[in-house]
Amino acid sequence: MSFRNTPLAVIHDVDKETLLTPELRAEIDKHVAKYPPEWKQSAVMPALTLVQDHNGGWLSRELMDQVAAYLDMPETAVYEVATFYAMYDLEPVGRHKVCVCNSVSCMLGGAEELMHHIEKKYNVAPGGTTADGKLTFKEFECLGACRHAPAVMVDKAYHECVTPEAIDKIIDDLD
Amino acid sequence: MAENQNTVCFRTLHLDAKVRHTLESYRSVGGYVQWERILREKPDPDQLIDELKTSALRGRGGAGFPTGLKWSFMPRTKPGQKYIVCNSDEGEPGTCKDRDIMRYNPHQLIEGMAIAGYCIGATVGYNYIRGEFYEPTARFDGALEEAYAAGLIGKNLFGSGIDFDLYTHLGAGAYICGEETALLESLEGKKGQPRFKPPFPAQAGLYGMPTTINNTETLASVPVILEKSGKWFLEQGKPNNGGPKLFSVTGQVERPCNLEIPLGTPFKDVLEMAGGVSGGRALKAVIPGGSSVPVVPGDVMMRTDMDYDSIAKAGSMLGSGAVIIIAEGTCMVKVLANLAHFYAHESCGQCTPCREGTGWLARVLDRILAGNGRPQDLDLLDNVAGRIGGRTICALGDAAAMPVQSFLKHYRSEFEHLIEHGRSLVEAA
Repeated sequence: MSFRNTPLAVIHDVDKETLLTPELRAEIDKHVAKYPPEWKQSAVMPALTLVQDHNGGWLSRELMDQVAAYLDMPETAVYEVATFYAMYDLEPVGRHKVCVCNSVSCMLGGAEELMHHIEKKYNVAPGGTTADGKLTFKEFECLGACRHAPAVMVDKAYHECVTPEAIDKIIDDLD
Repeated sequence: MAENQNTVCFRTLHLDAKVRHTLESYRSVGGYVQWERILREKPDPDQLIDELKTSALRGRGGAGFPTGLKWSFMPRTKPGQKYIVCNSDEGEPGTCKDRDIMRYNPHQLIEGMAIAGYCIGATVGYNYIRGEFYEPTARFDGALEEAYAAGLIGKNLFGSGIDFDLYTHLGAGAYICGEETALLESLEGKKGQPRFKPPFPAQAGLYGMPTTINNTETLASVPVILEKSGKWFLEQGKPNNGGPKLFSVTGQVERPCNLEIPLGTPFKDVLEMAGGVSGGRALKAVIPGGSSVPVVPGDVMMRTDMDYDSIAKAGSMLGSGAVIIIAEGTCMVKVLANLAHFYAHESCGQCTPCREGTGWLARVLDRILAGNGRPQDLDLLDNVAGRIGGRTICALGDAAAMPVQSFLKHYRSEFEHLIEHGRSLVEAA
């Protein structure tokens, strides 16, 4: 069998009321309710996203362990998920994430120039964070906004047909 | 032409942009009439599936598998939970249509999923949306709330005894989750690594239960097919290529756009609707179905119609309907290197030929692009691509290999020139 169709459930010896925050637990519970009761682990992705958003944009090992305990999962199963998907950051990041799409339609539409501009002007390489901690710059694979190339995702908002001048304005407007 | 546009998934597009995604707008174009009829009359699901078979609707995510046939594989009467899953993990470079369905017409997707659930015996559905789609997800969730509040989904709908619950599940950035079994793994809270088949999802899918996975556009097409008949849908396109289809026309084109037009529309008309090649340049090449399909020279495309069978004859695939336009003056080595990097980044790492091979392809292409290519590199690329294709669990390996082979076939002289002279044949230094 190349897959297991039984949940990996392990019970951690911990009082769940001490994990994360009451607000986060309530939000995670809303997701848990979408899945069969024995498949709490299905909520691991939304849970990690919520916890990451709450923690300034990244996941520490301690937080991943708390998610594991809360969802009755082995820690390693949570690490596997957190390391597999591109939107989880496992190290501290800037206050904002600027993700430039560099897949083929955006490349043909000028994404490279845009990335060179950001690199030069803000002195930050893809994957890096500016010295003032304002932004983490990422090169992203296809954002699915190809008719508005080049597309940029800043935190949770898409910006479309972004020129170097436009990205400067967007970045200026961030705190 | 205009009267044939936006007849199915985009049928709310002409309404006021502020409200066209609402329940009221959707009802104004005939929305939920089919679902309410089903709840009232409880027709034989096989009849509905036959209508879909007549329509020749084929999977809009890229594989083009006949939807009616797929639904008929489900063991509908077998006891136990069954699931309908919508694949909204739109990520094939060049493809941006499902995003617009969820932004502009989310209720039609809900109705399509509910009808699918009825046909295959599923009382629960999940819409797996890629993690970056915050805005489309908010739209879809808003529509879900409206549908629940109106009693259109939920338990014992209108006293019919029929249940249908629908939930969204947000991804977190992984192209591979668009592969249906990887998507199921992801829904189960795991890394998105594709499963061996068989068992196929219709036998053992989500949580081990019978499951059907369809693309967003496929499911959103269903209510209109039932309203206007399978025959009507078929006649919108060509035999075996039923219906209109969404095309995302992007790249070096004057007006990048999504077009919902009949299958079989000549490519030259599509290009014209998008305003022609940008900057008045000549057409060099087209990737007609998303980044995974073979590239086709511009002159061949100008003689080709946009349907599954015609594009297959031109040596490529309709795929997701993402039409990527490449203008004269563009370096094809650079385009291919971009594609190679995408697949190297998105390989899930499960199968050795893909995990290692995609990295080889990207590194060798980088070397050529940097002017450090070796004469034997083109054979090496061909060799590596040939050793990936057909040797992996899922199609990502083939998707990485096919562009390489087609670019080398049609544009070999550009690669040779770069290797020999250290600079591009077509781009000014």
